[in-house]
Amino acid sequence: MDWTALGVSLRLAAGTLAILLPLAIALGRVLAYRRFRGRSILEAVVALPLVLPPTVLGFYLLISFGARSVVGQAFAAIAGHSLAFSFQGLLLASLIANLPFTVQPIQRAFEAIPTNVRDAAACCGLTPWRAFRAIELPLAWPGLVTAAVLAFAHTLGEFGVVLMIGGSLPGQTRTISIAIYDRLQAFDEHAAGVMAATLLAIALGALVITQTLARRVGRSSE
Amino acid sequence: MSDAVSIDVRVRADAPIPLDVALAAGPRDVAAVFGPSGAGKTTLLRTIAGLHRQATGRIVCRGVTWLDTDRGVCLPPHERRLGFVAQDYGLFPHLDALHHVAIALGHLPRDQRRAEAARLLALVHLESSASRRPASLSGGEQQRLAIARAIARNPHVLLLDEPFAAVDRATRRALQDELDALRHRLDMPIVLVTHDFEDVIRLASHVTLLERGHVVAAGAVGEITSRVDLPWLAAAAGRGSVFTASVDRVDERRKLADLRFDGGTLIVPAGSLTSGRYVRVRVPAREIILATSRPEGLSLHNILEGRVSGLESDERSGVVIVQIAVGETHLLAEVTGDAVDRLAIAIGRPILALIKSVAIEVG
Repeated sequence: MDWTALGVSLRLAAGTLAILLPLAIALGRVLAYRRFRGRSILEAVVALPLVLPPTVLGFYLLISFGARSVVGQAFAAIAGHSLAFSFQGLLLASLIANLPFTVQPIQRAFEAIPTNVRDAAACCGLTPWRAFRAIELPLAWPGLVTAAVLAFAHTLGEFGVVLMIGGSLPGQTRTISIAIYDRLQAFDEHAAGVMAATLLAIALGALVITQTLARRVGRSSE
Repeated sequence: MSDAVSIDVRVRADAPIPLDVALAAGPRDVAAVFGPSGAGKTTLLRTIAGLHRQATGRIVCRGVTWLDTDRGVCLPPHERRLGFVAQDYGLFPHLDALHHVAIALGHLPRDQRRAEAARLLALVHLESSASRRPASLSGGEQQRLAIARAIARNPHVLLLDEPFAAVDRATRRALQDELDALRHRLDMPIVLVTHDFEDVIRLASHVTLLERGHVVAAGAVGEITSRVDLPWLAAAAGRGSVFTASVDRVDERRKLADLRFDGGTLIVPAGSLTSGRYVRVRVPAREIILATSRPEGLSLHNILEGRVSGLESDERSGVVIVQIAVGETHLLAEVTGDAVDRLAIAIGRPILALIKSVAIEVG
């Protein structure tokens, strides 16, 4: 059992959620309510990681993270090491790969709030921020939970993108999915099996927790 | 219109929905906007609320400029002191009744909101439903909750968009009565948008007739409903003047009630009337018979003495519309051109209006 790899995977998933959820709430809400030029293009860009093969996505990320790219050079200048084959690079890739899994459910959830409910909130004297906190967010909650589950599960299981841009550096970029593959390549079926079972348990646990969460909020929002 | 104008609206728009409306209302006025669907009524209300921002013009409420496109002023809805009840209410599905009202009490200190919310729920008779969510409330309860929420922020004007459209007929009457009772306790005008003229008859003090965004006519309900030259209203709601009367006496034995208005007394079936109450009365123009001398041997209760104050012939139907001044009240009668000739009906001529008791609509 590669505890370090599990730690990397969990850190990656937690980091992805922490950064991506607020971003996805903002982006999903804008896409749900605002009509602006380039909206369809933005929606298409958000959806792109969904249809792109992970290796293709990984390839382009690797190119753009590389020492010859602007992003790669800027990161190297600040952090002192390369973005590719680092945890930070992995996190950035994970954010991009998970964009559709978080933005889309959140966008749908905001779209599902009737216009007259939002109008009523404004006419009750609620400032846009209070209306967001007290009305929109609770009503969009199931969408948020779905987004979090999808992103979490997807991050734990991501293989192609991680392999392309992370390699398999222990403690840095060797996630548990990669570790399972490594162990299996080394004919260590037992270790691979234990890790696969651990992943299965985590996935199941996450689903149970979020289902309960969604149901609890669902009950309070009947 | 009352002396003090609480809200003054002058707005116009060409697209997407044409609108050209001037509207003003004082405290306790109920200004109805009546028109067919597609007339721009909801757009007008949403423009006043600041939810629709395509119109130009000026809206001033109690001295505060909400909209002045010339000066670039356009307050967002939450900065306009108004209560708005949309057609399907827009209730918050995740909040119980008490929190619905409490959330609109942002102007009060936190510890006072609960008590005030409970008081407002009691005002609309929902005190026993405080912990229920909208989905478990009936249509009438939902509407009352929407009204309680709308008046919670102590608004300077209450905007109602077809407030009775979503409830059945029996509930509608009860809700109209409640709203009427409520408005006497609130020091704010109500702007009520409706396609059902019964709402106007039962509640409105003033009415603006709207078609395709334009004002056909506007004024006090009694004045508008007794105009001889409004075929638009006759086609949309039927011809018949509306006025207020007080129930003077209820004769339980004969099952009749006396309604006193400034032109005299009308006798109507008692129904559920109780003495001392104020009621709205509508006399359909087709139900009035004109006479120049008192007839005898008729079953008729109501013979009102008046004077012809207006005449207009409707070329299309061949009917002549006669306006009769009875005291300060004006009645409308529809008669044939032949009858006008036979009775020599002319403006200023004294005339008797004969009205069947059962034909009088009492709201």
